[in-house]
Amino acid sequence: MQKYDALIVGGGHNGLVTACYLQRSGLNVLVVEKNGWVGGAATSRELTPGFLYSNCSYVCSLFRPEIMRDLELPKHGLQVIAYEGGAVFTRDGDYLASYRDHDSHRREFARYSRRDAEAYERYARDVTRQCRFIQPLLMRTAPDPFSFRPRDISELLYLAKKFGEFSPHEMAETLRFWTMSISDYLDEYFETDVIKAYLALSGIIGTALGPMSPGTAYVLLHHYMGEVDGSVGAWGYARGGMGAVTQALARSFESVGGTIRTDAEVSKILTRGGRTTGVVLANGDEVRADLVVSNADVNRTFLKLVDEESLPGDFVHRVKHFKMRGSSGKVNIALDSLPEFPALPEGSSCMRGDMHFTDSIERMERAYDDWKDGRWSADPFLDMVIPTTLDPTMASPGKHFMSCFVQYCPPKVEGRDWTDADRDAFAETVISQIASYSPGFRERIVHMEVRTPREIENEVGLTEGNIFQGELTFDQLLFNRPVPGYAQYRSPIAGLYMCGSSTHPGGGVMGAPGRNAAAEILRDLKRTPEQMSKAHDVI
Amino acid sequence: MTSFDAIVIGAGHNGLAAATRLAKGGRKVLVLEAANEPGGATRGRAFAPGFRSAGLAHLVNRLDAEVARDIGLDLAGGETLLPTTVLDGSGKAVVLKGAYGESIDGVSSEEAAAFAAMRTKLAFQAGVLKRFLRRPPPQIGAIALGDFATFAAAGLGLIRKGRSEGRDFLRMLLMNVADVADEYLTDDRLKGLVAFDATLGVHLGPRSPTSLLGLYYRLTGDVAGKTGGQYVPSGGMASVAPAFVRAAEKAGVTIRCGTPVGRILADRGRANGVVTRDGTEITAPIVVSAIHPQTTFLNLVDPAESGTGFVRSVKNVRSYGNVAKLDLALDRIPDFQGLPTDARNGRIVLVHSMQQVERAFNPAKYGEFSPDPVMEITLPSLTDPSLAPAGGCTLSALVQYAPYRLKAGWETGKPAFLKIMLETLKRHAPGIEKSVVAASLMTPVDIEAEYNLPGGHWHHGELQADQLLINRPTSAASGYRTPIEGLYLASAGAHPGGGISGLPGWNAARHILSGATS
Repeated sequence: MQKYDALIVGGGHNGLVTACYLQRSGLNVLVVEKNGWVGGAATSRELTPGFLYSNCSYVCSLFRPEIMRDLELPKHGLQVIAYEGGAVFTRDGDYLASYRDHDSHRREFARYSRRDAEAYERYARDVTRQCRFIQPLLMRTAPDPFSFRPRDISELLYLAKKFGEFSPHEMAETLRFWTMSISDYLDEYFETDVIKAYLALSGIIGTALGPMSPGTAYVLLHHYMGEVDGSVGAWGYARGGMGAVTQALARSFESVGGTIRTDAEVSKILTRGGRTTGVVLANGDEVRADLVVSNADVNRTFLKLVDEESLPGDFVHRVKHFKMRGSSGKVNIALDSLPEFPALPEGSSCMRGDMHFTDSIERMERAYDDWKDGRWSADPFLDMVIPTTLDPTMASPGKHFMSCFVQYCPPKVEGRDWTDADRDAFAETVISQIASYSPGFRERIVHMEVRTPREIENEVGLTEGNIFQGELTFDQLLFNRPVPGYAQYRSPIAGLYMCGSSTHPGGGVMGAPGRNAAAEILRDLKRTPEQMSKAHDVI
Repeated sequence: MTSFDAIVIGAGHNGLAAATRLAKGGRKVLVLEAANEPGGATRGRAFAPGFRSAGLAHLVNRLDAEVARDIGLDLAGGETLLPTTVLDGSGKAVVLKGAYGESIDGVSSEEAAAFAAMRTKLAFQAGVLKRFLRRPPPQIGAIALGDFATFAAAGLGLIRKGRSEGRDFLRMLLMNVADVADEYLTDDRLKGLVAFDATLGVHLGPRSPTSLLGLYYRLTGDVAGKTGGQYVPSGGMASVAPAFVRAAEKAGVTIRCGTPVGRILADRGRANGVVTRDGTEITAPIVVSAIHPQTTFLNLVDPAESGTGFVRSVKNVRSYGNVAKLDLALDRIPDFQGLPTDARNGRIVLVHSMQQVERAFNPAKYGEFSPDPVMEITLPSLTDPSLAPAGGCTLSALVQYAPYRLKAGWETGKPAFLKIMLETLKRHAPGIEKSVVAASLMTPVDIEAEYNLPGGHWHHGELQADQLLINRPTSAASGYRTPIEGLYLASAGAHPGGGISGLPGWNAARHILSGATS
């Protein structure tokens, strides 16, 4: 029977990040993945001949540059292409374009409202300031305010000191920002519906909240703190699809001697006397390891893979109440030609960015009301991208892959499980919305993959299909994520760690949870990490 | 003409509390009230021949004992707590007795135990928050010694029960009430009640994050030390305003009614008096505004004195009411199905589930009123017979949601909404429609007009996480001081917020007397 120093359950991007850091620090690491490929929710798959699908996550921005450097991902083939802009199509046949260039962006706003164009300057400044608050928290383990361990106390003091560098007014603004709804926040700056709708979308993507729910301003931040080539807030495509991120991680991992085993689903995490001893695979194989790191979400890890008896009752209770709440679906479409959007000028750069049809916050919020009642939105919010407009490697010339993120989509339909009929009706809702803005769209469709939370859970293993491995609400952030007292990647079981998005700082293809988990593990092993950048330390 | 040390604008309970504390602190105080009688939102009004309403509030549940003692408020009746009865239309009532359901009738013993567990948890956490209510909000950046003391005391209070309580506190603080109720309770009626109590008076639904704060706020109130208790003073709610007035006059405060203020005099960033609307100039080194912060800074102060950035932040204060007040004149005591006779004098909440509250909230987001509203009811004339002619009865209801900015406009909306309310009442008290002598519905727009309350919001601004503590009403004007030296805020729009507590006014006065500068 083989024995490894460390075993990673699940080959998602965070699992691979942890694996890389541990292997580089001299451990013998095995990654076991249930699917026939690694990548978790960051994959590129040829679901129909000639088309590569980024069939879960679809754009890249949040992945921490420090990790890219540490793990030499560019050397292993990762290339991120920033995209230029996007558009919100309005019901009156017009559109609001967005551009990477701040001034062009402002001029486009001015086309709708001069006042909003001026407010945009203030808005951009204020939000960027808030990003500077949050970024230092990403690459640090959240301190436990109640452990009273010297390390936590000094970390708290460090953060207090950083926070103290801001003026009382800035601090008050931050407290406000963290607790506001994105809708209320935008109302303080803008008057135009479509501009507010465009800016609000980052506040709701992936979360089971509407733009009018307090806390969505923070979610906006969660999507803004990314960067591409050092330009904060920029988004881009990974050349070759999102799988390129995890493929590069896998190569980086194997290049330093790590082992990956696919088609190897873990059925049980073994524990003896409060310690983990390894895992049992679905095929009955047992793999021994003193360290087991779970990339699976906290629900799957502790309610499905670990015996409840070996866990403290209150911990299990908290995990059972950890909010997953899938809220989104995905429709991936192979097209035999570039769709037309008559609203846009010929060859507009907007086609090379993200496109939306939701032109008011009210429409967005009403879509959320459907979700609250257990239905997918009748008038859903779509985030569409056509990466093949910039990346020729995903489809043959002239053909295109379109990724269509759909919100809101409940984990259960009015309390019952999804059926295939539901899924098809859901897809029709999406396609008909697109077709109403893009004549002849249906005729271009070569192949289509429809993913409701059911499909996402079955393939990727994300409970309830929640793309963040748990809601990003206050009660599930920082030292509360996933469970108060267990927010530092350790679990009640010695040797068993968590490294998925269920842990701080949460979801998105960011890699920070994986990196921070590795740091904690190495700390417990009293090893100094090799090639690990210092925790982010600028405010 | 006599000169004064301080002018208080507005003779609501907070204005009078502030004036009384200042007078007891040796200041010569003048209170200017726009209406012809004092009391503000606690001011009663006749709404039908022989029938009176005692004002906006129909229960006392957070009057601060220390404030009452300090300003010498004599308000009897606090020794008998009133029950809350939840009616879901099934005829099977749930009755919460004692202080916020110390004991419960009408649910299984398991459910009663579950509610007790939740109540204990929330009351403990509210107790921690309570420490911050009796003093100005801690000013981060320049934390005062007193703030440290408060924080330390709060911290110790937290870990007194072990670190898991502390962790739970930081986890739950900004949660929504729905998730908390779901974790503890199974009975829809109880869930509906806590959902209603958490969201009454704020623009949130039970599933909106931070909605638990509303329930915490209720539980920071107490009656004779009993957390979450509620009562009606002997003599009825109509005796509240006079009690505040008596206390003020006893302390030597001069109250001038029918004297609306036209402008606050400020020169080079310093307030030095007011000009009444009839042009009389009254000077004083201290001006305390116990009216809505937006009225204060958008109508009474020259923007040139306060600054455009500040004015913008004041405009951004969200202060649109969501509650309508219904007063019914009845020719007999209504018969609510399932309501025990001994609970008639208490609070009656018409709600059948948490989802009903959430669904009632949805339309409010889009400027529409709830087609199936939730409401809390009292029968004021049972405690104060003077409100109705012999044999008659008054019914007072706070109905949610009724957004101030109704898309269709309240001229057309009002009769439609009133009809829905009467239908709702009819379902719970068959025959009530026949006994209605007169109905008076006040939408937030009417409340705004009647009480000079912008937006008709009784908290003088949304009581939500982003408008609390150092952000109440806005960071540059929090802690009672304002950008204008000598001008202070003392209304519900200041920390800690609305409800008949007397705290904003009393805290403001103590802050002024402490000599702390603006």
